[in-house]
Amino acid sequence: MSELPDLPTRSAAYTQRLKKRYAAERRFKLAGLAAILISVAVLAFLLVTMTMNGIGGFQRAELAVKVDFRKTGITVDPSSLALPSAMQTLEAQDLPGAIEAFAQESLGEEGAAQLAGGAWRLAGEKIIDDPSILTREVVLHLPASSNLASALAGDGQMQLQPLARQLKAEGKLSENFDAGFLTRSDATDAQQVGIWGALKGSILTMLVTLAFAFPIGVLAALYLEEYAPKNRWTELIEVTINNLAAVPSIIFGLLGLAVFLWIFPNFRSAPLIGGLTLALMTMPVIVISGRNAIKAVPPSIRNGALAIGASPIQVVFHHVLPLALPGILTGTIIGMARALGETAPLLMIGMRAFVATPPDGFTSPATVLPVQIFLWSDEIDRGFVERTSAAIIVLLLFLLVMNGVAIYLRNRFEKKW
Amino acid sequence: MSPAILFLLALGLGLAGWLAGRARAWSFRSAAPRGRLASLPSYHAWYVALSIVVPAGLFVVVWSIVSPQLVTQAVLASPGAASLPAFGMQRETLLAEAYAVATGAAGGVFRPEARDLVEPYREALIRMNTIGIAVTLIIAFLGGAWSFLRLRPDFVARTRVERMVMSALLLASLVAVLTTLGIFVSLVFETIRFFGMISPVDFLFGTHWGPDPMSDNPDPSRYGAIPLFWGTIYIGAVIAMIVAIPLGLMSAIYLTQYASPNWRKWLKPTLEILAGVPTVVYGYFAALTVAPAVRDAAQSIGIANASSESALAAGLVMGVMIIPFVSSMADDSIAAVPRAMRDGSLAMGATTSETIRRVLVPAALPGIVAGVMLAISRAIGETMIVVMAAGAAANLTANPLEAMTTVTFQIVAMLTGEGSFNHPATLSAFALGFVLFLVTLALNFIALRVVKKFREAYE
Repeated sequence: MSELPDLPTRSAAYTQRLKKRYAAERRFKLAGLAAILISVAVLAFLLVTMTMNGIGGFQRAELAVKVDFRKTGITVDPSSLALPSAMQTLEAQDLPGAIEAFAQESLGEEGAAQLAGGAWRLAGEKIIDDPSILTREVVLHLPASSNLASALAGDGQMQLQPLARQLKAEGKLSENFDAGFLTRSDATDAQQVGIWGALKGSILTMLVTLAFAFPIGVLAALYLEEYAPKNRWTELIEVTINNLAAVPSIIFGLLGLAVFLWIFPNFRSAPLIGGLTLALMTMPVIVISGRNAIKAVPPSIRNGALAIGASPIQVVFHHVLPLALPGILTGTIIGMARALGETAPLLMIGMRAFVATPPDGFTSPATVLPVQIFLWSDEIDRGFVERTSAAIIVLLLFLLVMNGVAIYLRNRFEKKW
Repeated sequence: MSPAILFLLALGLGLAGWLAGRARAWSFRSAAPRGRLASLPSYHAWYVALSIVVPAGLFVVVWSIVSPQLVTQAVLASPGAASLPAFGMQRETLLAEAYAVATGAAGGVFRPEARDLVEPYREALIRMNTIGIAVTLIIAFLGGAWSFLRLRPDFVARTRVERMVMSALLLASLVAVLTTLGIFVSLVFETIRFFGMISPVDFLFGTHWGPDPMSDNPDPSRYGAIPLFWGTIYIGAVIAMIVAIPLGLMSAIYLTQYASPNWRKWLKPTLEILAGVPTVVYGYFAALTVAPAVRDAAQSIGIANASSESALAAGLVMGVMIIPFVSSMADDSIAAVPRAMRDGSLAMGATTSETIRRVLVPAALPGIVAGVMLAISRAIGETMIVVMAAGAAANLTANPLEAMTTVTFQIVAMLTGEGSFNHPATLSAFALGFVLFLVTLALNFIALRVVKKFREAYE
């Protein structure tokens, strides 16, 4: 066995180079991992920031007021409390004054001044819910003013902070879970806002979007995939739909402003107009995902149906469509989730007004959840920062549920042919 | 009468027609038990029902658009309207108030001038409602009777129904073309009106932007859109891409070439969540967290006048939003490179990273570039992040720490202000929208062409 010749692969220079190349390989792989981890970390950071801020938004500062209704002399007969005018009846019996007096008794002059405006309405609602409290002493938790609330959180007006600390030490001022946040509507005071109005507006808008975008999208997808002759016109339609899916959403807002509000000038900021605008935006998404779902149905199904005498329409509506439906629905839900988070086009058509009552129907003024978030984010009051994050949490939860349903549908009904 | 009730009426009549049509078809069958119907009874039923619902429904749609205007005209022709102010806010509020009382939405009139209008409104509303119901009924009856009388045992109802379904399918696919046409026409129309007031040269090449929606004679030198175009490109195509291209490309490379299938199954959807977060949430995140952090960082390295709204904050967050777009496009194009090229390179002794850098990425480059173009078109059309974080000042500067404004920001600003619809400041939003539409369209068109060419090259 003779000495091996000095092969190039054994030379020192080669080993050196090989080492370098492997180091470069490791660096490259690490860079790839880092890129993913950075992206995921930003996402996690965003979600954590919103959650941390938002938890405070589901709470509000409340003052405990001991109220003995027996001393107020307020008497109402229970039947009148069922009427819509019950609140006026209570106001006429000077419920506001009574609450004010009890507040001064339990909180002192300064503390009573920090009750939120209209706090007596909450007492009124309690009475309407349960008239028997008129005959005993109860402790009511009434919202504090936003100034006191920010003093409790440690900023805002300096002169209120001692009062906030004192009341907190006496157990009369506390941050309580605010269930009303989910049932009230927009207000000027961060302590008394809620998101039900915006949520209802969003739901109504989404219903309109679904009612228009889903049938049109599915029918268009069926036509293009199953019947359209291969010619220039079909190609034009296909190119248009692909381009429409990439048009910036704000352009759809301009279209809604110029066309829908020109046809229906009285329905400014109504869910009907918002829903129509979003439907135009969502439709291309449904068409594209629908076509993919239809394409996945094997041709043997069509041929089998045709062979036993079904007409082309029967083939599609009795066989292809039911098989493609789970895929179409998945695409629809994803498109709807995108529409639910959309803000810019709705700003264009005037859904940014201050709407303090939930909308009654498709044509009454409304706002939607993302626009509400945008409006609150513009407020200077510190309380709105938490409320905005809380609204974002609600929006993200809705999106999570929608996407979860889409994934479930896909996994449950997806067929491998 | 709300259109919804008229619609329900039309649907109800359609249901009646469906039942009548089916009963008629069954009666043919029982009259001649051996005789065969040319179509199944349900097709006869659908034929009658569609003949009722389609024309009646079309009428309801048209009527719900036309009738409010007819009501207003009738009221304006009444003697009570003679005392109305000729135009303006006052007139609108009086009309709205009288309308609210007449429909029962409001309890009583607030202004005495509106009182005379309530009665004409009420009369006009009742008249229009009666006409609406009557015409719906007549149309439905005519459609129903005509189709019902055509039913025969040998009537080929199926072909007729299928023809109707087919035209519905065709109409649905034309909606997309109509939408594009609608966007194009409305933008062009308003843009031409704008260019009638401000010359296109001033608009496209001027360097000062600051329209005043209140001034009566607009100054063309304040309508130069160059700072907006610059801000849009700087935020969307420069800063955002500096973030998105390396992160998106490297993520795609890691996911396709290095990650084990299990990791990939989890990492890819997680990355895609970034694209599903609503833009208003990103905007809030940029304004609340990123912008102050950028300002503090700038101050800590000695830049004293860093503003709290900066192009950098908006661009960074926008870049994060775009990562999944770049990543999934790069993913697709790397996957489309034939396996033989990769295997060949590895067989020659190249390491994985050398294969990726020297073979896969160059081969996939057209697809990646197209993906980046799509991402840019997405970024420059993005609105909420810049509205909430980039600021309103139209600065023509390359300093990323200064506030900058974009086309989309100005569209929002001009259309949500108080300006009148005939003022060039408001109309400028449509001109900006038109430019944005054309640019995104061009980017998409080129990108899709490139992708198509690239796919063909390897097939």
